[in-house]
Amino acid sequence: MDAFLPLLTIFMLAVFVGFEIITKVPPLLHTPLMSGSNAISGITIIGALLSVAAEGRLSTILGFAALVLATVNVVGGFLVTHRMVGMFKKKD
Amino acid sequence: MSAVFIDLTYLLASILFIFGIKGLTHPRTAVRGNLLGAAGMSLAVAATLADREVLGAGALSLGHIAAGVGLGAAVGATLALRIQMTAMPQMVALLNAFGGGASALIAGAVLSTGGDPTAQTAVATVASGIIGSVTFFGSLVAFDKLQGLLLPDRPVHFPAQQAINVLLGVGALALGALVVGDPGDLTNYARLVAVGSVLGVLLTIPIGGADMPVAIALLNSYSGLAAASTGFVLDNNILIITGSLVGASGLILTRIMCKAMNRSLMNVLLGAIGPDVVGAAAGADDVYAGRIKSAAPEEVAMLFDGARRVVVVPGYGMAVAQAQHQVRDLANLLESRGTEVEFAIHPVAGRMPGHMNVLLAEADVDYDKLREMDDVNPSFAQTDVSLVIGANDIVNPDARTDPSSPIAGMPILDVDKSGTVVVVKRSLSPGFAGVPNPLFAADNTLMLFADGKQAVLDLIAAVKES
Repeated sequence: MDAFLPLLTIFMLAVFVGFEIITKVPPLLHTPLMSGSNAISGITIIGALLSVAAEGRLSTILGFAALVLATVNVVGGFLVTHRMVGMFKKKD
Repeated sequence: MSAVFIDLTYLLASILFIFGIKGLTHPRTAVRGNLLGAAGMSLAVAATLADREVLGAGALSLGHIAAGVGLGAAVGATLALRIQMTAMPQMVALLNAFGGGASALIAGAVLSTGGDPTAQTAVATVASGIIGSVTFFGSLVAFDKLQGLLLPDRPVHFPAQQAINVLLGVGALALGALVVGDPGDLTNYARLVAVGSVLGVLLTIPIGGADMPVAIALLNSYSGLAAASTGFVLDNNILIITGSLVGASGLILTRIMCKAMNRSLMNVLLGAIGPDVVGAAAGADDVYAGRIKSAAPEEVAMLFDGARRVVVVPGYGMAVAQAQHQVRDLANLLESRGTEVEFAIHPVAGRMPGHMNVLLAEADVDYDKLREMDDVNPSFAQTDVSLVIGANDIVNPDARTDPSSPIAGMPILDVDKSGTVVVVKRSLSPGFAGVPNPLFAADNTLMLFADGKQAVLDLIAAVKES
Protein backbone atom coordinates (compact mmCIF):
# COMPACT_ATOMS: atom_id res chain seq x y z
CA MET A 1 0.00 0.00 0.00
CA ASP A 2 3.01 2.34 0.36
CA ALA A 3 3.05 3.19 -3.31
CA PHE A 4 -0.69 3.08 -3.85
CA LEU A 5 -1.79 6.17 -1.92
CA PRO A 6 0.63 8.60 -3.58
CA LEU A 7 -0.36 7.19 -6.97
CA LEU A 8 -4.06 7.50 -6.17
CA THR A 9 -3.43 11.08 -5.04
CA ILE A 10 -1.74 11.87 -8.33
CA PHE A 11 -4.58 10.21 -10.22
CA MET A 12 -7.29 12.20 -8.46
CA LEU A 13 -5.47 15.52 -8.78
CA ALA A 14 -4.84 14.90 -12.47
CA VAL A 15 -8.53 14.17 -13.02
CA PHE A 16 -9.36 17.55 -11.47
CA VAL A 17 -6.75 19.32 -13.60
CA GLY A 18 -8.22 17.56 -16.63
CA PHE A 19 -11.76 18.70 -15.81
CA GLU A 20 -10.57 22.27 -15.26
CA ILE A 21 -8.71 22.62 -18.56
CA ILE A 22 -10.91 20.56 -20.80
CA THR A 23 -14.18 22.29 -19.92
CA LYS A 24 -12.51 25.40 -21.41
CA VAL A 25 -11.97 23.76 -24.80
CA PRO A 26 -14.63 25.19 -27.15
CA PRO A 27 -16.86 22.85 -29.25
CA LEU A 28 -15.04 24.29 -32.27
CA LEU A 29 -11.99 22.25 -31.29
CA HIS A 30 -13.59 19.11 -29.89
CA THR A 31 -12.41 16.89 -32.73
CA PRO A 32 -8.76 17.96 -32.43
CA LEU A 33 -9.14 17.56 -28.66
CA MET A 34 -10.10 13.92 -29.17
CA SER A 35 -7.32 13.13 -31.61
CA GLY A 36 -4.82 15.10 -29.53
CA SER A 37 -5.82 13.35 -26.33
CA ASN A 38 -5.43 10.05 -28.16
CA ALA A 39 -1.93 11.10 -29.13
CA ILE A 40 -0.93 11.79 -25.54
CA SER A 41 -2.64 8.64 -24.27
CA GLY A 42 -0.09 6.94 -26.54
CA ILE A 43 2.14 7.52 -23.49
CA THR A 44 1.59 3.79 -22.95
CA ILE A 45 4.49 3.57 -25.44
CA ILE A 46 6.70 3.85 -22.34
CA GLY A 47 5.20 0.72 -20.84
CA ALA A 48 5.54 -1.00 -24.19
CA LEU A 49 9.25 -0.13 -24.42
CA LEU A 50 9.87 -1.53 -20.95
CA SER A 51 7.92 -4.71 -21.77
CA VAL A 52 9.82 -5.35 -25.00
CA ALA A 53 13.11 -4.97 -23.13
CA ALA A 54 12.04 -7.12 -20.18
CA GLU A 55 13.09 -10.76 -19.80
CA GLY A 56 10.83 -13.40 -21.24
CA ARG A 57 9.63 -14.25 -24.70
CA LEU A 58 5.93 -13.61 -24.02
CA SER A 59 6.67 -10.19 -22.55
CA THR A 60 8.64 -9.31 -25.67
CA ILE A 61 5.85 -10.44 -28.00
CA LEU A 62 3.04 -8.69 -26.11
CA GLY A 63 5.24 -5.65 -25.60
CA PHE A 64 6.05 -5.53 -29.30
CA ALA A 65 2.36 -5.59 -30.27
CA ALA A 66 1.67 -2.87 -27.71
CA LEU A 67 4.62 -0.85 -29.02
CA VAL A 68 3.24 -0.89 -32.56
CA LEU A 69 -0.26 0.14 -31.41
CA ALA A 70 1.01 2.87 -29.07
CA THR A 71 3.33 4.27 -31.75
CA VAL A 72 0.42 4.46 -34.22
CA ASN A 73 -1.41 6.49 -31.57
CA VAL A 74 1.50 8.81 -30.90
CA VAL A 75 2.57 9.43 -34.49
CA GLY A 76 -0.89 9.25 -36.05
CA GLY A 77 -2.52 11.25 -33.26
CA PHE A 78 -0.08 14.17 -33.23
CA LEU A 79 0.16 14.33 -37.04
CA VAL A 80 -3.56 14.27 -37.70
CA THR A 81 -4.14 16.82 -34.94
CA HIS A 82 -1.47 19.01 -36.49
CA ARG A 83 -3.22 18.74 -39.85
CA MET A 84 -6.54 19.66 -38.31
CA VAL A 85 -5.59 22.56 -36.09
CA GLY A 86 -3.66 24.07 -38.98
CA MET A 87 -6.94 24.37 -40.85
CA PHE A 88 -8.58 26.66 -38.32
CA LYS A 89 -7.84 30.06 -39.76
CA LYS A 90 -9.18 33.52 -39.36
CA LYS A 91 -9.40 35.68 -42.43
CA ASP A 92 -9.42 39.43 -42.12
CA MET B 1 20.48 7.26 -16.65
CA SER B 2 19.47 7.60 -13.03
CA ALA B 3 15.90 6.89 -11.98
CA VAL B 4 15.55 10.35 -10.47
CA PHE B 5 16.53 12.00 -13.72
CA ILE B 6 14.05 9.85 -15.65
CA ASP B 7 11.26 10.69 -13.23
CA LEU B 8 12.03 14.38 -13.52
CA THR B 9 11.86 14.11 -17.30
CA TYR B 10 8.48 12.39 -16.95
CA LEU B 11 7.32 15.24 -14.74
CA LEU B 12 8.41 17.77 -17.34
CA ALA B 13 6.62 15.78 -20.05
CA SER B 14 3.42 15.70 -17.97
CA ILE B 15 3.57 19.47 -17.61
CA LEU B 16 4.03 19.82 -21.36
CA PHE B 17 0.96 17.62 -21.93
CA ILE B 18 -1.11 19.87 -19.67
CA PHE B 19 0.06 23.00 -21.47
CA GLY B 20 -0.54 21.18 -24.74
CA ILE B 21 -4.21 20.55 -23.95
CA LYS B 22 -4.48 24.08 -22.63
CA GLY B 23 -3.38 25.27 -26.06
CA LEU B 24 -6.42 23.59 -27.55
CA THR B 25 -8.68 26.08 -25.78
CA HIS B 26 -8.23 28.52 -28.66
CA PRO B 27 -7.63 28.04 -32.40
CA ARG B 28 -4.81 30.62 -32.25
CA THR B 29 -2.80 28.59 -29.76
CA ALA B 30 -3.89 25.11 -30.88
CA VAL B 31 -0.97 24.42 -33.24
CA ARG B 32 1.53 25.36 -30.55
CA GLY B 33 -0.35 23.31 -27.97
CA ASN B 34 -0.18 20.20 -30.11
CA LEU B 35 3.54 20.73 -30.71
CA LEU B 36 4.11 21.08 -26.94
CA GLY B 37 2.35 17.75 -26.47
CA ALA B 38 4.53 16.15 -29.13
CA ALA B 39 7.65 17.60 -27.47
CA GLY B 40 6.54 16.13 -24.14
CA MET B 41 6.07 12.73 -25.76
CA SER B 42 9.51 12.87 -27.39
CA LEU B 43 11.11 13.69 -24.04
CA ALA B 44 9.29 10.86 -22.28
CA VAL B 45 10.28 8.34 -24.96
CA ALA B 46 13.90 9.52 -24.97
CA ALA B 47 14.12 9.21 -21.18
CA THR B 48 12.67 5.68 -21.30
CA LEU B 49 15.10 4.62 -24.01
CA ALA B 50 17.94 5.90 -21.83
CA ASP B 51 16.67 3.77 -18.94
CA ARG B 52 19.22 1.13 -17.97
CA GLU B 53 16.61 -1.62 -18.33
CA VAL B 54 15.94 -0.65 -21.93
CA LEU B 55 19.35 0.54 -23.07
CA GLY B 56 21.10 -2.37 -21.40
CA ALA B 57 18.72 -5.00 -22.70
CA GLY B 58 20.93 -5.91 -25.59
CA ALA B 59 21.05 -5.43 -29.32
CA LEU B 60 18.19 -7.84 -30.03
CA SER B 61 15.77 -5.93 -27.80
CA LEU B 62 16.83 -2.64 -29.33
CA GLY B 63 16.23 -4.18 -32.75
CA HIS B 64 12.71 -5.17 -31.70
CA ILE B 65 12.12 -1.65 -30.45
CA ALA B 66 13.36 -0.09 -33.68
CA ALA B 67 11.15 -2.43 -35.71
CA GLY B 68 8.05 -1.79 -33.58
CA VAL B 69 8.47 1.97 -33.58
CA GLY B 70 9.21 1.97 -37.31
CA LEU B 71 6.14 -0.08 -38.13
CA GLY B 72 3.84 1.92 -35.84
CA ALA B 73 5.20 5.24 -37.10
CA ALA B 74 4.71 4.21 -40.74
CA VAL B 75 1.13 3.09 -40.14
CA GLY B 76 0.33 6.13 -37.99
CA ALA B 77 1.82 8.63 -40.44
CA THR B 78 0.08 7.02 -43.42
CA LEU B 79 -3.27 7.08 -41.63
CA ALA B 80 -2.83 10.65 -40.43
CA LEU B 81 -1.77 12.07 -43.77
CA ARG B 82 -4.17 10.14 -45.99
CA ILE B 83 -7.38 10.25 -43.97
CA GLN B 84 -10.10 12.52 -45.29
CA MET B 85 -11.57 15.02 -42.86
CA THR B 86 -15.03 13.49 -43.40
CA ALA B 87 -13.61 10.19 -42.11
CA MET B 88 -12.19 11.70 -38.92
CA PRO B 89 -14.66 9.79 -36.69
CA GLN B 90 -13.25 6.54 -38.06
CA MET B 91 -9.70 7.73 -37.41
CA VAL B 92 -10.48 8.64 -33.80
CA ALA B 93 -12.28 5.31 -33.34
CA LEU B 94 -9.13 3.51 -34.50
CA LEU B 95 -6.91 5.56 -32.21
CA ASN B 96 -9.22 4.80 -29.28
CA ALA B 97 -8.98 1.11 -30.15
CA PHE B 98 -5.19 1.10 -30.31
CA GLY B 99 -4.90 2.97 -27.01
CA GLY B 100 -7.09 0.40 -25.26
CA GLY B 101 -5.34 -2.51 -26.97
CA ALA B 102 -1.88 -1.30 -26.00
CA SER B 103 -2.90 -1.05 -22.34
CA ALA B 104 -4.34 -4.58 -22.21
CA LEU B 105 -1.23 -5.98 -23.92
CA ILE B 106 1.19 -4.22 -21.58
CA ALA B 107 -0.69 -5.43 -18.51
CA GLY B 108 -0.43 -8.97 -19.91
CA ALA B 109 3.28 -8.53 -20.61
CA VAL B 110 3.93 -7.36 -17.05
CA LEU B 111 1.96 -10.30 -15.68
CA SER B 112 3.98 -12.70 -17.85
CA THR B 113 7.30 -11.61 -16.37
CA GLY B 114 6.24 -13.33 -13.17
CA GLY B 115 7.72 -12.14 -9.93
CA ASP B 116 5.33 -11.58 -7.07
CA PRO B 117 2.97 -8.75 -8.02
CA THR B 118 1.53 -6.63 -5.21
CA ALA B 119 -2.22 -6.44 -4.73
CA GLN B 120 -2.16 -3.04 -6.42
CA THR B 121 -0.39 -4.38 -9.50
CA ALA B 122 -2.68 -7.38 -9.76
CA VAL B 123 -5.89 -5.37 -9.43
CA ALA B 124 -4.62 -2.74 -11.87
CA THR B 125 -3.71 -5.49 -14.32
CA VAL B 126 -7.25 -6.78 -14.18
CA ALA B 127 -8.60 -3.25 -14.74
CA SER B 128 -6.28 -2.68 -17.70
CA GLY B 129 -7.25 -6.02 -19.19
CA ILE B 130 -11.00 -5.46 -18.94
CA ILE B 131 -11.11 -1.76 -19.88
CA GLY B 132 -8.47 -2.23 -22.57
CA SER B 133 -10.19 -5.13 -24.31
CA VAL B 134 -13.65 -3.54 -24.09
CA THR B 135 -12.18 -0.36 -25.59
CA PHE B 136 -10.29 -2.19 -28.32
CA PHE B 137 -13.18 -4.26 -29.64
CA GLY B 138 -15.84 -1.64 -28.88
CA SER B 139 -13.89 0.91 -30.90
CA LEU B 140 -13.35 -1.53 -33.76
CA VAL B 141 -17.12 -2.08 -33.93
CA ALA B 142 -17.61 1.71 -33.91
CA PHE B 143 -15.04 1.99 -36.71
CA ASP B 144 -16.78 -0.73 -38.69
CA LYS B 145 -20.17 0.93 -38.34
CA LEU B 146 -18.84 4.37 -39.29
CA GLN B 147 -16.98 3.00 -42.28
CA GLY B 148 -20.01 0.92 -43.29
CA LEU B 149 -18.13 -2.35 -43.61
CA LEU B 150 -19.81 -5.37 -42.00
CA LEU B 151 -22.28 -4.06 -39.49
CA PRO B 152 -25.22 -1.77 -40.21
CA ASP B 153 -25.12 1.86 -39.10
CA ARG B 154 -28.44 1.42 -37.29
CA PRO B 155 -28.79 -0.01 -33.78
CA VAL B 156 -28.70 -3.82 -33.66
CA HIS B 157 -30.83 -5.51 -31.03
CA PHE B 158 -31.01 -9.16 -30.08
CA PRO B 159 -32.90 -11.05 -27.38
CA ALA B 160 -31.69 -10.84 -23.79
CA GLN B 161 -29.06 -8.28 -24.81
CA GLN B 162 -28.78 -6.63 -21.41
CA ALA B 163 -28.84 -9.91 -19.49
CA ILE B 164 -25.99 -11.26 -21.62
CA ASN B 165 -23.98 -8.09 -21.10
CA VAL B 166 -24.47 -8.26 -17.34
CA LEU B 167 -23.43 -11.92 -17.33
CA LEU B 168 -20.29 -11.13 -19.33
CA GLY B 169 -19.48 -8.25 -16.99
CA VAL B 170 -19.83 -10.46 -13.93
CA GLY B 171 -17.81 -13.17 -15.67
CA ALA B 172 -14.99 -10.72 -16.39
CA LEU B 173 -14.94 -9.62 -12.75
CA ALA B 174 -14.91 -13.24 -11.54
CA LEU B 175 -11.98 -14.02 -13.81
CA GLY B 176 -10.37 -10.85 -12.49
CA ALA B 177 -10.66 -12.22 -8.94
CA LEU B 178 -8.94 -15.42 -10.10
CA VAL B 179 -6.11 -13.39 -11.67
CA VAL B 180 -5.62 -11.47 -8.42
CA GLY B 181 -5.70 -14.74 -6.46
CA ASP B 182 -3.10 -16.45 -8.65
CA PRO B 183 -1.26 -13.90 -10.80
CA GLY B 184 1.18 -16.52 -12.02
CA ASP B 185 -1.51 -18.26 -14.07
CA LEU B 186 -1.75 -16.41 -17.37
CA THR B 187 -4.65 -18.42 -18.78
CA ASN B 188 -7.12 -16.61 -16.55
CA TYR B 189 -5.86 -13.27 -17.83
CA ALA B 190 -6.29 -14.52 -21.41
CA ARG B 191 -9.85 -15.61 -20.62
CA LEU B 192 -10.55 -12.26 -19.01
CA VAL B 193 -9.37 -10.44 -22.13
CA ALA B 194 -11.50 -12.74 -24.30
CA VAL B 195 -14.63 -12.01 -22.23
CA GLY B 196 -13.84 -8.29 -22.26
CA SER B 197 -13.49 -8.42 -26.04
CA VAL B 198 -16.91 -10.01 -26.51
CA LEU B 199 -18.38 -7.49 -24.08
CA GLY B 200 -16.84 -4.62 -26.05
CA VAL B 201 -18.46 -5.88 -29.25
CA LEU B 202 -21.87 -6.42 -27.66
CA LEU B 203 -21.88 -3.05 -25.89
CA THR B 204 -21.23 -1.14 -29.12
CA ILE B 205 -23.45 -3.09 -31.53
CA PRO B 206 -26.72 -1.51 -30.29
CA ILE B 207 -25.39 2.00 -30.86
CA GLY B 208 -26.68 3.59 -34.06
CA GLY B 209 -25.31 6.29 -36.35
CA ALA B 210 -26.41 9.54 -34.71
CA ASP B 211 -25.50 8.20 -31.25
CA MET B 212 -21.93 7.64 -32.41
CA PRO B 213 -20.64 10.94 -30.98
CA VAL B 214 -21.52 9.66 -27.49
CA ALA B 215 -20.00 6.24 -28.09
CA ILE B 216 -16.76 7.66 -29.48
CA ALA B 217 -16.42 10.15 -26.64
CA LEU B 218 -17.05 7.41 -24.08
CA LEU B 219 -14.55 5.02 -25.70
CA ASN B 220 -12.06 7.91 -25.74
CA SER B 221 -12.55 8.18 -22.01
CA TYR B 222 -12.09 4.41 -21.57
CA SER B 223 -8.82 4.44 -23.50
CA GLY B 224 -7.56 7.08 -21.08
CA LEU B 225 -8.70 5.09 -18.05
CA ALA B 226 -7.00 1.99 -19.47
CA ALA B 227 -3.75 3.95 -19.76
CA ALA B 228 -4.16 5.20 -16.18
CA SER B 229 -4.67 1.71 -14.82
CA THR B 230 -1.60 0.55 -16.74
CA GLY B 231 0.17 3.34 -14.86
CA PHE B 232 -0.89 1.64 -11.61
CA VAL B 233 0.46 -1.66 -12.99
CA LEU B 234 3.84 -0.11 -13.69
CA ASP B 235 3.91 2.32 -10.71
CA ASN B 236 4.39 5.00 -13.30
CA ASN B 237 3.27 8.60 -12.64
CA ILE B 238 3.20 9.87 -16.18
CA LEU B 239 0.87 7.14 -17.37
CA ILE B 240 -1.47 7.87 -14.48
CA ILE B 241 -1.44 11.63 -15.09
CA THR B 242 -1.91 11.35 -18.84
CA GLY B 243 -4.48 8.60 -18.60
CA SER B 244 -6.60 10.57 -16.16
CA LEU B 245 -6.38 13.71 -18.32
CA VAL B 246 -7.67 11.73 -21.31
CA GLY B 247 -10.26 9.94 -19.18
CA ALA B 248 -11.57 13.29 -17.92
CA SER B 249 -11.59 14.70 -21.43
CA GLY B 250 -13.64 11.84 -22.83
CA LEU B 251 -16.04 12.00 -19.91
CA ILE B 252 -16.65 15.72 -20.38
CA LEU B 253 -17.29 15.25 -24.10
CA THR B 254 -19.65 12.37 -23.34
CA ARG B 255 -21.61 14.58 -20.96
CA ILE B 256 -21.80 17.43 -23.48
CA MET B 257 -23.02 15.08 -26.21
CA CYS B 258 -25.68 13.52 -23.96
CA LYS B 259 -26.90 16.95 -22.94
CA ALA B 260 -27.11 18.02 -26.58
CA MET B 261 -29.43 15.08 -27.22
CA ASN B 262 -31.32 15.43 -23.94
CA ARG B 263 -30.69 11.78 -23.20
CA SER B 264 -29.12 9.91 -20.36
CA LEU B 265 -25.94 7.98 -21.00
CA MET B 266 -27.78 4.75 -20.16
CA ASN B 267 -30.43 5.52 -22.74
CA VAL B 268 -27.80 6.02 -25.46
CA LEU B 269 -25.83 2.91 -24.51
CA LEU B 270 -28.93 0.75 -24.69
CA GLY B 271 -29.90 2.24 -28.04
CA ALA B 272 -33.30 3.15 -26.68
CA ILE B 273 -34.45 5.39 -29.52
CA GLY B 274 -34.16 2.68 -32.13
CA PRO B 275 -37.36 0.65 -31.63
CA ASP B 276 -39.61 3.71 -32.07
CA VAL B 277 -38.85 3.96 -35.78
CA VAL B 278 -41.72 1.84 -37.07
CA GLY B 279 -44.46 3.49 -35.04
CA ALA B 280 -43.34 6.99 -35.83
CA ALA B 281 -42.92 6.52 -39.57
CA ALA B 282 -46.66 5.93 -39.87
CA GLY B 283 -47.29 9.50 -38.73
CA ALA B 284 -45.30 10.96 -41.62
CA ASP B 285 -48.31 11.23 -43.94
CA ASP B 286 -50.32 13.21 -41.42
CA VAL B 287 -47.49 15.65 -40.97
CA TYR B 288 -46.49 16.09 -44.59
CA ALA B 289 -49.65 15.48 -46.68
CA GLY B 290 -50.30 18.37 -49.01
CA ARG B 291 -48.11 20.76 -47.07
CA ILE B 292 -44.70 20.24 -48.66
CA LYS B 293 -43.53 23.03 -50.93
CA SER B 294 -40.72 22.05 -53.20
CA ALA B 295 -38.58 24.77 -54.77
CA ALA B 296 -36.18 25.05 -57.71
CA PRO B 297 -32.68 26.47 -57.24
CA GLU B 298 -33.73 29.63 -59.13
CA GLU B 299 -36.43 30.40 -56.58
CA VAL B 300 -33.97 29.97 -53.73
CA ALA B 301 -31.49 32.22 -55.53
CA MET B 302 -34.13 34.95 -55.62
CA LEU B 303 -34.60 34.57 -51.88
CA PHE B 304 -30.86 34.94 -51.38
CA ASP B 305 -30.97 38.07 -53.55
CA GLY B 306 -33.14 39.91 -51.10
CA ALA B 307 -31.52 38.46 -47.96
CA ARG B 308 -29.39 40.49 -45.59
CA ARG B 309 -28.54 37.56 -43.36
CA VAL B 310 -28.25 33.87 -44.25
CA VAL B 311 -27.46 31.09 -41.77
CA VAL B 312 -26.21 27.73 -43.03
CA VAL B 313 -27.02 24.68 -40.89
CA PRO B 314 -24.84 21.70 -41.85
CA GLY B 315 -25.54 18.12 -40.79
CA TYR B 316 -24.12 14.69 -41.37
CA GLY B 317 -25.63 14.73 -44.88
CA MET B 318 -23.17 17.47 -45.85
CA ALA B 319 -20.30 15.25 -44.79
CA VAL B 320 -21.70 12.26 -46.68
CA ALA B 321 -22.12 14.35 -49.83
CA GLN B 322 -18.62 15.85 -49.32
CA ALA B 323 -20.27 19.18 -50.01
CA GLN B 324 -18.28 21.38 -47.60
CA HIS B 325 -16.18 23.04 -50.32
CA GLN B 326 -19.23 23.88 -52.42
CA VAL B 327 -20.97 25.23 -49.32
CA ARG B 328 -17.96 27.46 -48.71
CA ASP B 329 -18.12 28.71 -52.33
CA LEU B 330 -21.79 29.54 -51.93
CA ALA B 331 -21.13 31.38 -48.66
CA ASN B 332 -18.31 33.38 -50.25
CA LEU B 333 -20.49 34.22 -53.25
CA LEU B 334 -23.31 35.47 -51.06
CA GLU B 335 -20.91 37.49 -48.94
CA SER B 336 -19.40 39.10 -52.03
CA ARG B 337 -22.92 40.31 -52.79
CA GLY B 338 -23.23 41.96 -49.41
CA THR B 339 -25.12 39.23 -47.51
CA GLU B 340 -24.03 38.31 -44.00
CA VAL B 341 -23.42 34.53 -43.84
CA GLU B 342 -22.87 32.46 -40.70
CA PHE B 343 -22.84 28.75 -39.89
CA ALA B 344 -24.88 27.31 -37.03
CA ILE B 345 -23.29 24.20 -35.57
CA HIS B 346 -25.32 21.85 -33.38
CA PRO B 347 -23.14 19.98 -30.84
CA VAL B 348 -24.17 16.56 -32.17
CA ALA B 349 -24.22 17.41 -35.88
CA GLY B 350 -22.14 14.75 -37.62
CA ARG B 351 -20.70 11.58 -36.18
CA MET B 352 -18.33 12.91 -33.52
CA PRO B 353 -17.90 15.99 -31.35
CA GLY B 354 -16.78 18.94 -33.48
CA HIS B 355 -17.09 17.04 -36.78
CA MET B 356 -18.77 19.90 -38.71
CA ASN B 357 -16.27 22.47 -37.49
CA VAL B 358 -13.36 20.46 -38.83
CA LEU B 359 -15.03 19.97 -42.22
CA LEU B 360 -15.78 23.67 -42.61
CA ALA B 361 -12.34 24.65 -41.36
CA GLU B 362 -10.90 22.32 -43.99
CA ALA B 363 -12.94 24.18 -46.58
CA ASP B 364 -11.30 27.43 -45.36
CA VAL B 365 -14.30 28.88 -43.61
CA ASP B 366 -13.22 31.50 -41.07
CA TYR B 367 -13.71 29.97 -37.60
CA ASP B 368 -15.37 33.15 -36.36
CA LYS B 369 -18.29 32.32 -38.66
CA LEU B 370 -18.83 28.91 -37.04
CA ARG B 371 -21.32 29.71 -34.30
CA GLU B 372 -22.35 27.48 -31.40
CA MET B 373 -26.00 26.64 -30.83
CA ASP B 374 -26.70 28.77 -27.74
CA ASP B 375 -24.85 31.63 -29.32
CA VAL B 376 -26.64 31.61 -32.67
CA ASN B 377 -30.18 30.64 -31.65
CA PRO B 378 -31.35 34.14 -30.64
CA SER B 379 -30.31 35.45 -34.07
CA PHE B 380 -32.65 33.29 -36.17
CA ALA B 381 -35.47 35.81 -35.71
CA GLN B 382 -33.30 38.32 -37.57
CA THR B 383 -32.25 35.80 -40.21
CA ASP B 384 -33.85 36.08 -43.65
CA VAL B 385 -32.92 32.63 -44.95
CA SER B 386 -31.74 29.52 -43.11
CA LEU B 387 -30.19 26.94 -45.40
CA VAL B 388 -30.33 23.45 -43.84
CA ILE B 389 -28.02 20.98 -45.58
CA GLY B 390 -28.22 17.32 -44.65
CA ALA B 391 -29.55 17.92 -41.12
CA ASN B 392 -32.85 16.69 -39.75
CA ASP B 393 -33.42 15.87 -36.08
CA ILE B 394 -31.34 18.82 -34.85
CA VAL B 395 -33.79 21.25 -36.50
CA ASN B 396 -37.01 19.41 -35.62
CA PRO B 397 -39.34 21.85 -33.78
CA ASP B 398 -41.19 18.90 -32.21
CA ALA B 399 -38.27 18.66 -29.79
CA ARG B 400 -39.44 21.99 -28.42
CA THR B 401 -43.20 21.65 -28.67
CA ASP B 402 -44.29 18.00 -28.55
CA PRO B 403 -43.66 16.39 -25.15
CA SER B 404 -44.58 12.95 -26.54
CA SER B 405 -41.94 13.03 -29.27
CA PRO B 406 -38.95 10.72 -28.78
CA ILE B 407 -36.72 13.76 -29.19
CA ALA B 408 -38.72 15.96 -26.80
CA GLY B 409 -36.50 18.32 -24.87
CA MET B 410 -33.50 17.93 -27.13
CA PRO B 411 -32.04 21.39 -27.71
CA ILE B 412 -32.39 22.31 -31.38
CA LEU B 413 -31.35 25.05 -33.74
CA ASP B 414 -34.37 27.36 -34.02
CA VAL B 415 -34.25 27.69 -37.81
CA ASP B 416 -38.07 27.73 -37.97
CA LYS B 417 -37.94 31.24 -36.51
CA SER B 418 -36.12 32.65 -39.51
CA GLY B 419 -37.91 34.32 -42.44
CA THR B 420 -37.60 31.40 -44.82
CA VAL B 421 -36.10 27.97 -44.30
CA VAL B 422 -34.60 26.14 -47.28
CA VAL B 423 -33.99 22.46 -46.62
CA VAL B 424 -31.64 20.62 -48.96
CA LYS B 425 -32.43 16.92 -48.69
CA ARG B 426 -32.75 13.94 -51.00
CA SER B 427 -36.21 12.92 -49.79
CA LEU B 428 -38.57 13.23 -46.85
CA SER B 429 -36.99 10.20 -45.17
CA PRO B 430 -36.77 10.57 -41.39
CA GLY B 431 -33.55 11.32 -39.54
CA PHE B 432 -31.93 9.00 -37.04
CA ALA B 433 -34.69 9.44 -34.47
CA GLY B 434 -37.14 8.04 -37.04
CA VAL B 435 -39.71 10.79 -36.56
CA PRO B 436 -41.26 13.08 -39.18
CA ASN B 437 -40.09 16.67 -39.10
CA PRO B 438 -42.90 19.29 -39.12
CA LEU B 439 -40.30 21.85 -40.17
CA PHE B 440 -40.48 20.42 -43.71
CA ALA B 441 -44.22 21.14 -43.82
CA ALA B 442 -44.05 24.59 -42.24
CA ASP B 443 -45.44 27.60 -44.13
CA ASN B 444 -42.05 29.28 -44.31
CA THR B 445 -40.14 26.20 -45.48
CA LEU B 446 -39.08 25.32 -49.02
CA MET B 447 -37.70 21.87 -49.81
CA LEU B 448 -34.91 21.57 -52.35
CA PHE B 449 -34.85 17.87 -53.15
CA ALA B 450 -31.38 16.89 -54.40
CA ASP B 451 -28.00 15.48 -53.46
CA GLY B 452 -26.26 17.94 -51.14
CA LYS B 453 -23.32 18.72 -53.38
CA GLN B 454 -25.35 19.02 -56.59
CA ALA B 455 -27.94 21.22 -54.89
CA VAL B 456 -25.30 23.66 -53.70
CA LEU B 457 -23.64 23.72 -57.13
CA ASP B 458 -27.05 24.47 -58.68
CA LEU B 459 -27.62 27.23 -56.13
CA ILE B 460 -24.26 28.79 -56.96
CA ALA B 461 -25.07 28.76 -60.67
CA ALA B 462 -28.53 30.20 -60.04
CA VAL B 463 -27.20 32.99 -57.81
CA LYS B 464 -24.58 33.91 -60.41
CA GLU B 465 -27.26 34.17 -63.09
CA SER B 466 -29.72 36.20 -61.10
